[in-house]
Amino acid sequence: MEGLLRELGPRTLAVLVRRGAEFTAAEDAVQEALIEAVRRWPERMPEDPPAWLVRVAWRKFLDQVRSEQARRQREVRVAVEPPTGPAEQADDTLLLLTRCCHPELSPASAVALTLRAVAGLTTAQIARAYLVPEATMAQRISRAKRTLRDARFDRVGHAAAVLRVLYLMFDHGFTGPVDVAEEAIRLTRQLANADRHPEIDGLLALMLLHHARRAARLTSTGELVPLDEQDRTRWDTAMIAEGVQILQGALTRDRLGEYQVQAAIAALHDDATRAEETDWLQVLSWYDELARLVPRNPAIVMNRAVAVAQVDGPPAGLRALAEVPDGVPRRAAVAAWLHEHAGDAHRASELYVEAADAASSEAERVHLLKRAARLR
Amino acid sequence: MAKYLLLKHYRGAPEPACEDFVPMDQWTPEEIDAHITFMNHVADTLRERGEFVDAQALSPEGTFVRFDGEGRPPLTDGPFAESKDLIAGWMIIDVDSTERAHEAAAFLSSAPGPGGRPIGEWIEVRPFMSEPPAIA
Repeated sequence: MEGLLRELGPRTLAVLVRRGAEFTAAEDAVQEALIEAVRRWPERMPEDPPAWLVRVAWRKFLDQVRSEQARRQREVRVAVEPPTGPAEQADDTLLLLTRCCHPELSPASAVALTLRAVAGLTTAQIARAYLVPEATMAQRISRAKRTLRDARFDRVGHAAAVLRVLYLMFDHGFTGPVDVAEEAIRLTRQLANADRHPEIDGLLALMLLHHARRAARLTSTGELVPLDEQDRTRWDTAMIAEGVQILQGALTRDRLGEYQVQAAIAALHDDATRAEETDWLQVLSWYDELARLVPRNPAIVMNRAVAVAQVDGPPAGLRALAEVPDGVPRRAAVAAWLHEHAGDAHRASELYVEAADAASSEAERVHLLKRAARLR
Repeated sequence: MAKYLLLKHYRGAPEPACEDFVPMDQWTPEEIDAHITFMNHVADTLRERGEFVDAQALSPEGTFVRFDGEGRPPLTDGPFAESKDLIAGWMIIDVDSTERAHEAAAFLSSAPGPGGRPIGEWIEVRPFMSEPPAIA
C-alpha cells in the first residue's frame, strides 16, 4: 500500500492544484487524506482509490478554506466552481512540476520540493539522499513552499526551469536508499508523456544514454573509469536503444535544442562498440551546433576542444582550448589530456597534478593522480 | 548544492583575529554568554535556511599520533597545543555556491567577543569531495 500511496499522493496534489487550490494548503489537505487512507484502507479498500483520495483531499481542502474567515471570498469562488471530470493525469503532472521548479526557488529547493510533491518521497528519504539532517530538509521544503505562495506563474516561460531542475536532479547520482538519478528519469519520462516537446524528449534521451553507462563508470573500489577505457559490454544496450529511439523521434520534429544536441553526442559515444570506432567527425559537428545554440559557454568550448583533437590532432585541440580561460573547472584535466596526446608527457604530468588538486570528487582526484604518475 | 566544512581556528590562522585579541578565558561571563548565544543563532539561521548539516565544538587539548612500527605503541607528540594549530570546532553546511559558503563563514566569524565587538576570527572554508557528475 505504501507504493500505491506514494504514487497517488502526487497525483491527488496535482488535481487539487489544477482545481485552483493554493499549493501549501493543497499539500496539507493531501497529507491529511493520505493519513486517513492509511487508517481506513486496510479495513475496506475503496473501489476507486484515486477518486477516493481526490474526494477526501478536496473536502479537507474546503474545510481548511472555510475555517479561514479572511479567505471567505475565495471560498465562495472555489466552492461554487464545479470540480472538473476525471483528471487528465498528464497535464496535472506538468502543472505540478512547473510549480515546483519555479525559477524564484534556488535549484536545491526546487529539487527538494519536486522530489517531495511530484515524486512523493518522504522528507526523510530526500534528506538521506542528499546527506543532510531531516530537519534541514524539512526547512528547505517549507521555505520553498513559502516562496511559492507569492510567486507568479508563467507556464510557457518556466518549461526551461523544469528541465534544468530535472537535469540537476539527474546529475546528483547518489546511490543510496533513494536513487535520485532514477527518480529524475522517472519524472522526465512522466513529463515527456504529458508534453511531447522535443527538448523534453531530448533530456530524457540524454539521461538514458548516460545512465546506460553507469555500471561501467566506476571500478568496484569507486575509481573513475574514463569513457575510452570503460568495459562496453557492461553498458545497458536496451537503455541505449530506447534513448536513441526517443532522440530520433525528437530530432525529426526539427526544433533543435541543447538537450537534444547533448543527447546526440552521448548517442554517438554509446554507438561505438570500441572507443576507436567513435565517429568523432560527427561528434565535432554536434559540438559546433551546441556552441551555436549556447554561445560563450566555456564548458562547451572545452569539450569541443577534445573533439577537435580527435579529428584534427592534439595541436589543433590545444589551439581550441586556448579560448577557455583559466579557472574553468576541469580545464587543467583537458589540457593535460591534450598535452599527453601531443606527446609532451612532462607538461601533461604537471597538468594532471594541477587538475587533481582542483578535482571536486575523490574518484576524479585519484584517477588524475594516477595518470600523472604513469607519465613520470 | 555542495557541502563545506567551516573550521574554526583558535590558532594557525593567517594572523591573529584582531590586534588586541583576548582569549576567551579572560572574558566576562556575560561576554561568554553573548558569544554562545550568537553561535546558536548562527546555527538556527542556517537550519531555518535549510543549509545546516552539523556542528561540533572540540576540546582545546589535542595530541598528534602516528604509527611507529609493528608491535610498538603509537607515537604521540604533545600535548603541546599552545605551539600548534588549534581547531576549536567545525560546522558543516550545504549551500548553493562558494559565495554563499563564504557569506556563512563570515557570519560565523562575526560572533561577539570582549565588549560585544565582533572578534572576526578566521574561519577556514573547505569544500567536501562529492560524487563525480553524471554528465561531464
